[in-house]
Amino acid sequence: MIYDVAVIGAGVIGSMTARELSRYNLKVCLIDKLDDACGGTSKANSAIVHAGFDAENGTLKAKLNVKGCELMPEVCRELDVHYKNTGSLVVSFSDEDDEAVKVLYERGVKNGVPDMRIISGDELFAMEPNLSKNARCALYAPTAGIVCPYELTIAAAENAVQNGADAKFEFEVNDISEKNGVYTLSNGKESVEARFVVNAAGLFSDEIASLTGDASFDIKPRKGEYMLYDKSCDGFVKTVLFSAPSKEGKGILVAPTVDRNVLVGPNAVLTSKDDTETTPMGLAQIAEGASKLVSLPLPSRKTVTSFAGVRPTPTTGDFVIKKSEKMKGVLHLAGIESPGLASSPAVAVYAVELLSEMGLELVKNEKFVPERQKVVRFREMGDNERAELVAKNPAYGRIICRCEGVTEGEIVDAIKRPMGATSIDGVKKRARAGLGRCQGGFCMPRVAEILSRELGIPLTEVTKNGKGSEILTGKTKEVR
Amino acid sequence: MQMIEKKVKIAIIGGGPAGLAAALGAVEAGAKPDDILIIERDTCLGGILNQCIHAGFGLHMFGEELSGPEYALRYIKRVKEAGIPYVTDAMALSLSKDKVVTYVSPESGLVKLQAEAVILAMGCRERPRGALNTPGARPAGIYTAGAAQRFINIEGYMPGKTAVILGSGDIGLIMARRMTLEGAKVKAVCELMPYSSGLARNIAQCLDDFDIPLKLSHTVVKIHGHKRLEGVTIAKVDENLKPIKETEEYIECDTLLLSVGLIPENELTEMAGISIDRVTSGAVVNNFRETDIEGIFACGNVLHVHDLVDFVSGESELAGKSAAAYVRGELPRGGKQINITAKDGVRYVVPQNVSGNALDENTEFFFRVGGVMRNAYIEVYSGDELIYRKKKPRLAPGEMENLKLDAKAVETVRQNGDLTFCINRS
Repeated sequence: MIYDVAVIGAGVIGSMTARELSRYNLKVCLIDKLDDACGGTSKANSAIVHAGFDAENGTLKAKLNVKGCELMPEVCRELDVHYKNTGSLVVSFSDEDDEAVKVLYERGVKNGVPDMRIISGDELFAMEPNLSKNARCALYAPTAGIVCPYELTIAAAENAVQNGADAKFEFEVNDISEKNGVYTLSNGKESVEARFVVNAAGLFSDEIASLTGDASFDIKPRKGEYMLYDKSCDGFVKTVLFSAPSKEGKGILVAPTVDRNVLVGPNAVLTSKDDTETTPMGLAQIAEGASKLVSLPLPSRKTVTSFAGVRPTPTTGDFVIKKSEKMKGVLHLAGIESPGLASSPAVAVYAVELLSEMGLELVKNEKFVPERQKVVRFREMGDNERAELVAKNPAYGRIICRCEGVTEGEIVDAIKRPMGATSIDGVKKRARAGLGRCQGGFCMPRVAEILSRELGIPLTEVTKNGKGSEILTGKTKEVR
Repeated sequence: MQMIEKKVKIAIIGGGPAGLAAALGAVEAGAKPDDILIIERDTCLGGILNQCIHAGFGLHMFGEELSGPEYALRYIKRVKEAGIPYVTDAMALSLSKDKVVTYVSPESGLVKLQAEAVILAMGCRERPRGALNTPGARPAGIYTAGAAQRFINIEGYMPGKTAVILGSGDIGLIMARRMTLEGAKVKAVCELMPYSSGLARNIAQCLDDFDIPLKLSHTVVKIHGHKRLEGVTIAKVDENLKPIKETEEYIECDTLLLSVGLIPENELTEMAGISIDRVTSGAVVNNFRETDIEGIFACGNVLHVHDLVDFVSGESELAGKSAAAYVRGELPRGGKQINITAKDGVRYVVPQNVSGNALDENTEFFFRVGGVMRNAYIEVYSGDELIYRKKKPRLAPGEMENLKLDAKAVETVRQNGDLTFCINRS
C-alpha cells in the first residue's frame, strides 16, 4: 500500500505529527528504527513545557514554543497524560544575571508570552521557600509547566494508531528514492512507500535529510546529564527553577516532576549521537549548578537514578522546519532541541499546514477520537474505585511494582493497548513499573514474566529495550 | 462494590521469617490464632528465605544448618498447625496511626483492616545502581543480587554468563558462588571498604573455595555498553573512598550484580507517622519492640538489617509476645524511659530505649560497630559508671553483636536512668 504520509521518527515530534495527521482521512505510517516509540531524546530531557521567553524573536522556536505551551494542557487532557502548570522562575544572583533576566522578560513580551513578571523579595520567597537566599530577583512565567515526556510521546503515538495510523518499529530508513511522486523508504530489506514524508528523526534528522539530497544543516549532538531524586523529596521546589542563562544555554535547573520526584540538570557537552553515558564530571557539574539555586543541600542520599539525553542541536540555530531542498514532498521537522517538547503540539499543527501547502489533501476524519483510551492508574484511585476495579478484574488486585503502586492489570493493559509494550522499558514508559526508588529490583522479574506470558515468548526473549538487550542469557545449567 | 471492612486483634504485615515468628510468639503468649492475620504479598509464606537455597540458616535456633526454604518451612508448618490465618498475594497499601491497614489482593479485593495491634515485618529492599550514580549508560545486565537470585533460584534462568559483583556483603558473596555453580564466570567481587561486611564463613565458602578474587577498597567507576552490559571499569579507592584514576582496570563482563546495601522498607511505617532511627532506617523501638505509636511493633529486617535469620526469629517472637500482651492490656507500662546512646564506634543499638520497669537480666541489646576492630572492649556505661565490659578479639560492621546486663548493672541503670554503648580500643 502507498501511504499518504510516512513519518520517520516516533519521538515526541513524529508522534504528535502522526496524531495530527490522523485527524484527516489519510493513510499514515509512523516509523522508528528502535523497538518502540520514544526511544531517543524524547525520553531523556528536562520534561519542561517552557513558557517561550528564551528563544530569539522571530524564530520558529519562539513562535512554536509559545503556541505549544498554550496548547499543551488541552492536549494532555485529551491524551490522559500528566501535566502540571507549575510556572517557572529564572533566578538572578548577580548584576549580569539581573540584566539577563530583563532581556528574557523583554524577549518574552515580544514573543507573546503572557503574564510574566519580574519578582523579588517576599513574593519570590513565598512562591519558592527553598530558593537560595542569594537570589536577587527572578523572571516569573506563570504559563510554564511540566509534563511526563515519555508518557506524552507514547500517548500521542498510541492515539494516532487508535485513529488508524500504522506504527512500524525496528525499521531504520537507510535509503529514500522518489518515482512518480511516490517516495520509497527502504531499510535494506523492506520498504515503505508514501506520497509525503516527514523527517522527524531527531538526532538523525540530518542523515535522513542527506538521504533526500539535502545537506543544508547538520546535527551537533549535545549531551545533557540529569539526576532524579526520590518522591520523599516532593516539595523541595514548587516551580521550575532556572539559573539565568549564559553562553552555554539555559543553565542548570531544579524542577519537580509530574510524578513528584525532583529533577536536576542538564549540563551541555558536545558528544556523539549515541552517547547517553553519565559521567562523574557531568554529574558533579549539575549537582554544583543545582545547589546554587536552593537554600537546602541537595538530597544526594536520595538519588533514584541518573541519566543522559542528547540534544539534536541544528547548525542553523533554529528548528529546521521546511521542505527538503531536492525532494519536494519531504518535510523536515529537524533539529528540534529545546524547546522541542513544549513546542510539539504546535509543531504538529504547523507541519500539517505545511504539508497541505505542499499538496497533501486534508479531508477531516469524522471518526477521529482525540481522547485516547483512558489509562487505569490504581495508585491514583480512591478506595471505593479500587474495590470496584479489583472486583471486576482481579489482576488489578495484584501489586507488581511496589514502589510506584502499579498492578498486574495495568501492566497487562500496557502490553495489550494499541502500540502496546513489548519490552521492560516499554512497560516502564506506559505503566511506570520499575521507575520507582528500587528501580525495578523488586518488580522486574515479575514484569518479565508477565511480558513472557502475554506476548507468548520465552523468558529468554524478553528484552530491556529491543534486540540485543535481552535480560537473561539462558536457563540455569545450560551455560557451558 | 464497596471495600471490605474487617477487624482483627493483631495484624502482621509480612509473612517472612519475622512475621511468622511474631505470629507464633503471639500465640505462645496466649493470643488466639483467629485473632491474628498475616498479610503477605508473595504467593506463599516464607519471604526472602524462599529464594535463599544455600545452607547456613538455623545454626543458633535449631543447632542445624538448614537452607532458607527449610528454615522457613519449620515456621510455616507451625503457623499452619496452629491455624493462624494468613492471606497471600496481598499487598498492604497503607497504615494509619489508628492501626488501620489497607491491603489489596486479587482474591480479597480491597480490605480495610482495623487492628488493635500491628506488627511491622516488611523486611528490606536492595539499593539499586541508580542510588550510586555509577557513570555510564543504562544497558541490560545490571541487577541487584536479590533480583538475580530470584531469577536463578525461583525461575531457573541465568542473568548472564560473565559477572562482576559489587559489594562483598553476604548476598554478594552468596551470589558469587551461586552464579559459579550454575556455570557463569565470576571475575571479581569488588568491595568499597577495606574489609568485607559479609560473614567470614561466606568469604571462605563462596570466594576462596571458588578462586574468585576479592578486591577490597575497590569500586565500579564506569559501566560500558548501551543495549547490554559489555564490561565495567573498576578502580581502587583511597582512604576517602574516592577512586584512584591510575588504578583503573577494565573487566569484560555481561553482568554486574549489585550488593550495595539493604534498606528497611519503611514506607508504611512513615505513613503512620512513626519515628525512624536515621542510622538503622528502621523504627525507634523500646525493649518490647514497640514503636512510638502504642500497639505498633516492628521486628526483623524492617527494624534493622540482620545478618542471621535466627536473631530475626528471636526478635520477632518477642514482638509477637509483646503484641499479645498489649491487646490484653497487659504490656507493662510506667517507669522511667531510659534512652540508649550509641557512640565511639557503636553505630546503633536496638532497642533504642527501654523502660526502667521492663529492664532486667534477660533484656537483650543488639548493636553494630562502625568498623573492623581487633582486641577492643565493648563497654556499657550508665551515668559515669562502667557497668559492662567485654573484650572481643574481633568486631566488624557485618557481624551484629548482642549482650545482656547482669542484675547489678540493671540496678545501676534503673537508678541512673541512662545507658551508653561504646567501644574502647585501648
